Amino acid sequence: MKRVFLFVPLILVVVLGIVLFAGIGKDPTRLESALIGKTVPAFTLDDLEQPGTKLDAGVFLGQVSLLNVWGTWCPACRDEHDDLLWLAQEQGVRIIGLNYKDNREEALGWLERLGNPYERTIYDPKGTLGFDLGVYGAPETYVIDTDGVVRYRHVGVVNEKVWKEDLEPLVKQYREDAS
Amino acid sequence: MTRLVVLILLAMSLAFQASADEANAQGFESLKEEQRYRDLTAELRCPKCQNQNIADSNAPIAKDMRDRVYRMMQDGASNDEIVGDLVDRFGEFVRYKPEVDRRTILLWATPAIAVGVGLLAVAGIVIRSRRRNDQAPSLTADEQARVNRLLADKDRE
Repeated sequence: MKRVFLFVPLILVVVLGIVLFAGIGKDPTRLESALIGKTVPAFTLDDLEQPGTKLDAGVFLGQVSLLNVWGTWCPACRDEHDDLLWLAQEQGVRIIGLNYKDNREEALGWLERLGNPYERTIYDPKGTLGFDLGVYGAPETYVIDTDGVVRYRHVGVVNEKVWKEDLEPLVKQYREDAS
Repeated sequence: MTRLVVLILLAMSLAFQASADEANAQGFESLKEEQRYRDLTAELRCPKCQNQNIADSNAPIAKDMRDRVYRMMQDGASNDEIVGDLVDRFGEFVRYKPEVDRRTILLWATPAIAVGVGLLAVAGIVIRSRRRNDQAPSLTADEQARVNRLLADKDRE
């Protein structure tokens, strides 16, 4: 009977080890969005490319979309731009841009210079929609299903690896769910 | 060296000045409201710079959150409403004191569990040592008689 108690420290150490090991490689700066499973918050904002034309959450209905939060002030957004172009042009992914806390001229110049991966771009100079989405650092990329429900958020640069491992399976799944 | 210290002190005083200015610029009707604002911004965590509260942080998002807190206070929102509003957007993460619910119960209960386990361990050790004393080998009647005899002999000498 007493022998059994000798194993208690071993068990404790193993459990502690498992807990700590599970934490390795997790990036604590990546937070899950509070909006997962909820619809995109209501908004009415200008289309970046067509001043005066208003966009609202209806833009997400009917197709699975990526919502990409970007700004010309954001260096990491430049890093992922080519990958977004690749996604839009080669992979046929529908990307909606959210131009966040930026100004229109610089944003339009950026799209002209680097190419435009976005089907539509929401112009959010004050960051109101960004705030409602809980954006805390650009770039962020959301997977939004055909009902306009937020399914996933990726904080940081999107590249081929992120697409293949995290985003593509979800996009495929929600496309299938819809059809 | 002294120059460095002076520079650091200067930078610190500027930083304090800046945050004081911000609070003053916003203007509160009463000291109580200002204190409420201080408490709220001190217990909300900045999602960008994770180990700072939004009162301390210079991140743009922390500024937006402070403005939100201020505006909601002006609109007469309660503390719970304000914190709830930010949690709805940024997640439970922004509270330094998470609510007790199914996901956080372990977090809250761990200290109590640890104390409980410790008490059990101490109690176990005490009980066991006491039991061991009780079980100390007692003498049979023959042995006791012999002890008595030996002691009596010793007394006589």
